[in-house]
Amino acid sequence: MSYFTADNLETAHEIISRYPRKKSALIPLLHLAQEQEGWVTDDAMRQIAELTDTTPAEVKGTGSFYEMFKFHPVGTYMINVCTNLACQLLGGEELLAHAEEALGIKAGGTTADGMFTIEDVECIAACTEAPCLQVNYRYKLRLTTDDLDQLIDDIRNGRATDIPEHGTLGLVRQHIPAGAGAGIVAPEQATERPVWLARNDTADEGGEA
Amino acid sequence: MPTHDYVPHAPGYVDNDGPKIVTSRFVHEDSHTLERYEATNGYDGLRRALDRTPADVHEEVRDAVVLGRGGAGFPAGVKWGFMPPGKFPYYLVVNGDESEPGTYKDRLLMERDPHQLIEGCLITCYALGLSQCFLYVRGEMPAAQENLAQALNEAYAKGYVGKNIMGTEFSVDITLTWGAGAYIVGEETALIESLEGNRGMPRLKPPFFPAAIGLYGQPTIVNNVETLSNLPWLLVNGSEQYKAFGSEASPGSRMVAVSGHVNRPGVYEIEQGVTTFRDLFYGDNFCRGIRNDNELKMFVPGGGSAPWFFPEQLDLPLEGRTVGAEGSMLGSGAIMVMDETTDAVKAALRLVRFYARESCGKCTPCREGTTWEERILQRILDGEGRPSDIDKLLDIADNISPGPYPVAADPSQGLDAVPFPPKQTTICPLGPSSVAPITSTIRRFRHEYEAKITKRDSIPVMAAPMSSDPVEVG
Repeated sequence: MSYFTADNLETAHEIISRYPRKKSALIPLLHLAQEQEGWVTDDAMRQIAELTDTTPAEVKGTGSFYEMFKFHPVGTYMINVCTNLACQLLGGEELLAHAEEALGIKAGGTTADGMFTIEDVECIAACTEAPCLQVNYRYKLRLTTDDLDQLIDDIRNGRATDIPEHGTLGLVRQHIPAGAGAGIVAPEQATERPVWLARNDTADEGGEA
Repeated sequence: MPTHDYVPHAPGYVDNDGPKIVTSRFVHEDSHTLERYEATNGYDGLRRALDRTPADVHEEVRDAVVLGRGGAGFPAGVKWGFMPPGKFPYYLVVNGDESEPGTYKDRLLMERDPHQLIEGCLITCYALGLSQCFLYVRGEMPAAQENLAQALNEAYAKGYVGKNIMGTEFSVDITLTWGAGAYIVGEETALIESLEGNRGMPRLKPPFFPAAIGLYGQPTIVNNVETLSNLPWLLVNGSEQYKAFGSEASPGSRMVAVSGHVNRPGVYEIEQGVTTFRDLFYGDNFCRGIRNDNELKMFVPGGGSAPWFFPEQLDLPLEGRTVGAEGSMLGSGAIMVMDETTDAVKAALRLVRFYARESCGKCTPCREGTTWEERILQRILDGEGRPSDIDKLLDIADNISPGPYPVAADPSQGLDAVPFPPKQTTICPLGPSSVAPITSTIRRFRHEYEAKITKRDSIPVMAAPMSSDPVEVG
């Protein structure tokens, strides 16, 4: 039984084809699995192992290093509040405390209805727009506590249409059209000197490669 | 809130009259599209590169002294020369895993001008004979991933990337790939590990740097997003024009993000080695002063890993070597400004906590040391500190980074600067980075630490007196 849906399985094969070695596709495939179900299940890891010629233990070994992968269900909306220095200076911690109070959970917790998870995260690269947070990795900048209340209300009432459910990253995927690629092969099969470097020989004896 | 002349579609970027080498298209709302890119000299740099020999293009970049903008500031043209000849395939890995506290310029470059970065990658691949390029984008940046994917799809369709680029024999593929939330993956060898599908733990270097043994054991060039984004402009305008900006040792421009207690925080493109910190914080063209006319207390000049500066360092120009000699680094161009109301211990704890959380766990001094530092700072802040805690912090710091740690001069105490970089007992600089906030604040604001310490040291446990009686066994 395939864990991935037919569409996602096709995407998975396409992702793998873009790397010289299958194992390199491990992190993108974990994201794909998380996109399908909101978190990474054991079945997903088993199939990723098959697809990349690794073992489920290797998949989990790699995956568990990275904070974005969740190995248990989390809220449909992850509210990640930045409290690193630049945000701390302008009220990031107060914003986090307000979120905790408004949702009745502590950072790391999920609301009983499975709607929200709050996380206290490190710098999310929007420091001049402090205090800021991400909901499912979509930025909300220069937030006041009132803005946050409004945001939570919007999400609850289905008005936050710009935010996809947890797991979805980029809505646009890379796609190399058939015949347009230079050809991605394993390093052992690419030991020839790239042809255009021959231009160095004619112009100047003893070019660098 | 003060009024801002920000660009609405590029939140944080301030459009002023500074140099525009990498941010020239940010004013356009459609700056990320191929249409806009082609209308504004797009892919002209690549076109010109393809009219020259690869070695000649490399020479141009070496001439221009394009310093790495990711943190270490090493010249890209020199780094490119470190690959062993003939050991094909060579790879290019683009470091877009921007996560240094306070930094964001690569995200804007990826979101707002993805084609410029793609063109920079192509120029590099052409110059060095690289077989494939990997664009590694931080996981938490879906907008950057989307715009890059869209741009790559457009570029493939138009024949700018892929097979027989612009009708020549030059062919290369660019693979968009992304991370999943780990600061350490910004370190180049950890990034390569991550790209191979492993836990992102740094590899030991020297002796073998990625240029010799990198991705899949092959020679690999790892460059930062901003570094590569400079190349299209450079190829169109030439190294002489590039060097007309900035100082002799640091030509060109660089992007800095100024955050914290300033009136107009923002991302600015500035001239390297010319603009001073004072210009930047107080200039009308830049941040327009400290909020509420407060006094400046301290600032972080180059990302969370940089030792801190104080008002005495305000007149230094933003120039790598000068700042290094004065005890810090420009790093990733992230400047965090703190006014007189800031609690130095609390601010130091926040950065130390970051390093404790993000330590990958490979080297003991960092894995254990950062956690101890965090706990001790936390208990000082909670009013549970003991007098010996300050020296204990310095002792743990010395374990991670032995010897005098880089620090700015403090004329009021007659103390000189210790130049950058620090020594380290760890594989990568993450551990030593956690020491920066501690030594910077303890040397300058020891009294603030002491004022928070309320407990006594515990009495040492005495060893039991030796008994002269023979011990009965059995």
